Amino acid sequence: MQPPSEHVHWLFATGFLLLGLCLLGEAVVGTEVWRRRAWRAYLWPGLAFALGVLLWPVMTFYTNSAIHMLAHGAWAQVLTLAGAVELALVRGKLESRWWRLAMTAGFLVSGGAFLVHEQNAWLFQRSAFLHHLLGWTLLIGAIFPLARCLRPRSQVVATGFALTFVVISVMLYCDRDVAPIFGHISELAGTPRR
Amino acid sequence: MNAELVTELEGPLQRATTRARIMSAVGPATAFAGVVWALVQPERITLLHPQGQGFWWLFVEPPLLVIAVGLFFHLFVVPGLLEDLAEEEHATAQ
Repeated sequence: MQPPSEHVHWLFATGFLLLGLCLLGEAVVGTEVWRRRAWRAYLWPGLAFALGVLLWPVMTFYTNSAIHMLAHGAWAQVLTLAGAVELALVRGKLESRWWRLAMTAGFLVSGGAFLVHEQNAWLFQRSAFLHHLLGWTLLIGAIFPLARCLRPRSQVVATGFALTFVVISVMLYCDRDVAPIFGHISELAGTPRR
Repeated sequence: MNAELVTELEGPLQRATTRARIMSAVGPATAFAGVVWALVQPERITLLHPQGQGFWWLFVEPPLLVIAVGLFFHLFVVPGLLEDLAEEEHATAQ
């Protein structure tokens, strides 16, 4: 009953897409309007926290290598922490804007985890390519959560932060276990399923 | 007639209308992207050829998930947001 790994990527892509749209909504209407209803204020931080929690079973059940387990574990920890910190910031339990560095750490560790647990070269096949691309996107995209700490009211930064999640979700949706990349696939990769 | 007052209000009102339009377009645009994806890659909709497919292949269909996210955002998040935006607009106008 365990889903194939590509399905897990697609389910997480769905979560990240919703997260990106919510962040985009907050960027467009402004934080004050977005937080006028309590449930909406907690929506995206809660979603980020839930995605972090859902990475724990991924770590537990997808143990095809030690590096996978370690990468998923580190990832689960930072995303859960980042989600929890954002929840606490909305709730008012935390006040300093520097707590938002937790999300920056989440991006950096997630990007590192993507890169570290992909052992094949960029053009080996689809999932290898996308893991490299996702890793570097997250590492470079960490500039946005970092900028949110420095300029919390900047609409450009908020929009960039939101669109980073949308881009990540697109990449995750494109992730396939065995598929060509730009028409190229290694002979060692196996047979594409569809 | 105080035309100056009207001129002063145009800026924030215009911004609020633009924001409302953007918010109204995000969900449908996302759902439309899912529809286009389904048309371009119909093989990713396993419901169109369900024979011999397992549970996960039938349950997780990426283009349909994109459409679902767009609809969810548009139907459940946007209406309240537009109301609050209109209230803010009203408060600014006063």
